[in-house]
Amino acid sequence: MSTTPHDGPTGTSPESSRENDLPAAMERPRADAPAVHPGDTMADPLADPGLPAHQPRPTDVDPRLERRAERQVATLFGLSSVFAVLFVISYFVFNIGPKPTIIAGYGAANIALGVCLGMAFLLIGVGAIQWARKLMSDVEMVEMRHPAASSDEDREAAISSVMAGIDDSGIARRPLIRNSLLGALGTAALAPLIVLRDLGPVPGDKLAHTVWKKGMRLTNDVAGTPIKPEDMEIGQLVNGEPAIFYAKKADGEPVIEGTELNQAKAKAAIIIVRMRPEDITPAKDREDWGVAGILCFSKICTHVGCPISLWEQQTHHLLCPCHQSTFDLGDNGKVIFGPAGRSLPQLPITVDSEGYLVAQSDFTEPVGPSYWERG
Amino acid sequence: MSTATTNGATAARAAKPNPLAAVGTWADERTGLAGLAKKQVRKIFPDHWSFMLGEIALWSFVVLLLTGTFLTLWYKPGMSEVVYNGTYDQLRGVSMSEAYASTLHISFDVRGGLLLRQMHHWAAELFIAAMLVHLMRVYFTGAFRKPRELNWAIGCLLLLLGTLEGFTGYSLPDDLLSGTGLRAADGFTRSVPVIGTYAEFFLFGGEFPGDAIISRLYVAHVLLIPGVLLALIGAHMLLLVFHKHTQWPGPGRTNDNVVGYPLLPVYAAKAGGFFFIVFGVTALMGGLLTLNPVWRFGPYDPSQVTAGSQPDWYMGWPDGALRIMPGWETHLWGFTLSWNIFLPIIVLPGLMFTILLMLPFIESWITKDKREHHLLQRPRNAPTRTATMVALMTFYGITWMASANDILAIKLSLNFNDITYFNRVMVFLGPVLAFLITRRWCISLQRADQDRLLHGYESGIIMRSPEGAYAERHLPVSETEAYTLTARDREEVPALPSAADEDGVANRKVHLERLRVRANRFWFGSNIQKPTAEELEEARHHADHELQQISTGSEPHRLEAPELESSDPGQKD
Repeated sequence: MSTTPHDGPTGTSPESSRENDLPAAMERPRADAPAVHPGDTMADPLADPGLPAHQPRPTDVDPRLERRAERQVATLFGLSSVFAVLFVISYFVFNIGPKPTIIAGYGAANIALGVCLGMAFLLIGVGAIQWARKLMSDVEMVEMRHPAASSDEDREAAISSVMAGIDDSGIARRPLIRNSLLGALGTAALAPLIVLRDLGPVPGDKLAHTVWKKGMRLTNDVAGTPIKPEDMEIGQLVNGEPAIFYAKKADGEPVIEGTELNQAKAKAAIIIVRMRPEDITPAKDREDWGVAGILCFSKICTHVGCPISLWEQQTHHLLCPCHQSTFDLGDNGKVIFGPAGRSLPQLPITVDSEGYLVAQSDFTEPVGPSYWERG
Repeated sequence: MSTATTNGATAARAAKPNPLAAVGTWADERTGLAGLAKKQVRKIFPDHWSFMLGEIALWSFVVLLLTGTFLTLWYKPGMSEVVYNGTYDQLRGVSMSEAYASTLHISFDVRGGLLLRQMHHWAAELFIAAMLVHLMRVYFTGAFRKPRELNWAIGCLLLLLGTLEGFTGYSLPDDLLSGTGLRAADGFTRSVPVIGTYAEFFLFGGEFPGDAIISRLYVAHVLLIPGVLLALIGAHMLLLVFHKHTQWPGPGRTNDNVVGYPLLPVYAAKAGGFFFIVFGVTALMGGLLTLNPVWRFGPYDPSQVTAGSQPDWYMGWPDGALRIMPGWETHLWGFTLSWNIFLPIIVLPGLMFTILLMLPFIESWITKDKREHHLLQRPRNAPTRTATMVALMTFYGITWMASANDILAIKLSLNFNDITYFNRVMVFLGPVLAFLITRRWCISLQRADQDRLLHGYESGIIMRSPEGAYAERHLPVSETEAYTLTARDREEVPALPSAADEDGVANRKVHLERLRVRANRFWFGSNIQKPTAEELEEARHHADHELQQISTGSEPHRLEAPELESSDPGQKD
């Protein structure tokens, strides 16, 4: 048995080593002292005085305290049962759903269930640890370590077994078999890989286009109502969507819905802002992209694609709530701060015959985060 | 069974049958596990509070398995659109994904469902936090050294996979916040050069958000990643048992033994009991502390976002790096390279993970220490190592703080641009400063130990000399403490090999060796080495003399205070 209590027969009696004064203890190697590793300098300059003697706990020597600890542990376990029962009672007593039980402004069910379950488990744990600390033996025991490595003989035997096996197979002598096997394994790996191909379609040019096209109305994203320039005040920002999101087919079904709608939204969402015309410095080819100080930009951040809508009216800056890229809408959506690398794409707009804001075309560049093929 | 034995033993055992032994015999006759059990049932584990940190991680993983299993009974990992008709008024009649609707159902219409959800989420936060703190404990105390390097590597993998598991988990409710996280993940994927958009389309089953991602994340979250986590945790524990736990040095606690209490019954009760404590605390948190109230965020809509959107805390540091990165993009030959995304969110985590993984191997290359180490080191006794981890922690802390730059700006009434500029500088400067300060701090603590060893502890007794000067008496530390303070390696700094080999020709190997020796000198060079037996004897002799003076009440012949400084052998460097 490799495990011995330190004050057992194989250990140096701690009392005896304590009686010795230090120089004597330094000279006399301990009976059970392990062989010192070459280069092990732990026992320098002081010799290991050995484990201190076990100090009995109050519960070891006083039967009254021992019984008291026993009662404590049993009480903790007993209380745990009480809480477990209370958990079951809470489950039935406190309502959730349409008419939840509210106590002091809080939903009672979750709190009662959590506290009862928590206490039921906590008290088992506290009881077990109290049991271990007060009543189980706290005499320290010593176990010897062994090097992690196998013995040299074992290792050599293992290596020669492997080598013998490899030799027997003749894999080294038969390159034809070896190479054709490697080839076969490699080719077989194609099967699981090729099946992954249908995880999704190839990108194509999908990322470069949105549903916007010439003449499509800009609508607000709450009710889908089209917007006239005179509806907008200076400094106002409207979250917008293309009118097609609200269009219905003859049978009353939406033209775009479900997944397709979400995918379209992830690219076509816009913000419409009205600024004082003198605050706008349009780029050369963008003089006619707005209507009376009303400009339209992609709502999708060019950084990693969060929808942007924190509008600083006074400075006409637009701030992305995710990573704080800041765009100047008076200056063609240019990045003025933060991690975004590209200006916010602008949607050229005009008014249609009924006076509603419409797109002149699709965005002239891909919206959203950059990607390799974007150019 | 080849050798004949007396039949006495069999008869004696049969005299009073022990039901437990009977079960054991039955099992052993079929599995032969008694040989293993004999060694392991009373296996010794050393006791120290810091050994509990890994246990928190282990038990919170068990809580995750238990609560997660319950959640799968009601959660529906689908993205098909449904109209919510549950009890949460504010969202009734709203179109949403099945995933979000079922999350609301768990939160409002399953009794104990909200508790399970919050316990699961709290346990995940705890799991990763405990792994990180456990990792720091292991590193600071040198517990990663041979033969435990593999377990360090497994631990690093557990941290990485745990983080991925957390991300896939909090993306499942498909609420506005988690969808925003996925939107960002879509942007990250897209930023990878050459294959970015293909990876994106294959991951999401087409254009973002598509209708596949939730069910794909779900299978990763409940099957693939937990399976690997479980296997790695198993390997981690097996290696722990095989190596036996490290222990702090002290009287009777050597590199060749392990001193502590047996698995049965003490650790069965303590560690087993600790599972119930971790479970209990998680349940209390789930009952009392609201976490991720998805009903407030609403269903995901690619055109909506809320201010203050942040990932869970453990994804904070790469998010912070993303926030403070300047907006660099390269356009070359018709292709775009988004450094602003690719570097902080794809390259940086991979780089940090590699550094973490390599730490033990870098150290053992520098120190050339190939011995087995089972005794822990105090962080102060490995100043350069301690400083390395503190530098890494500082980097983590700065980037983590950066991921809350908008919240900090609001709460502290600061300009968030200034916070960002500050973080851009501090992310480089902070770790360097932290390294230098920590290293010197550790060395100062080593000096303090040296003083304590050679000159004793401050007794609080003030002595007055005949001249009227005052000085405090120092008394020698106990034998136990003196041994514990000196139970560490004496480090020897090697000489620099000459630049040229025997033929006078410089070669690469020599250059590498010179680099290693330089690194070694830097690693150990300024450390305070423990006193030699002679120095200690001299100091003791001196202390005995003083002690005698105090006990007999005679006055000191002169003041000792100035001598304290000059006699410190540790300052010889």
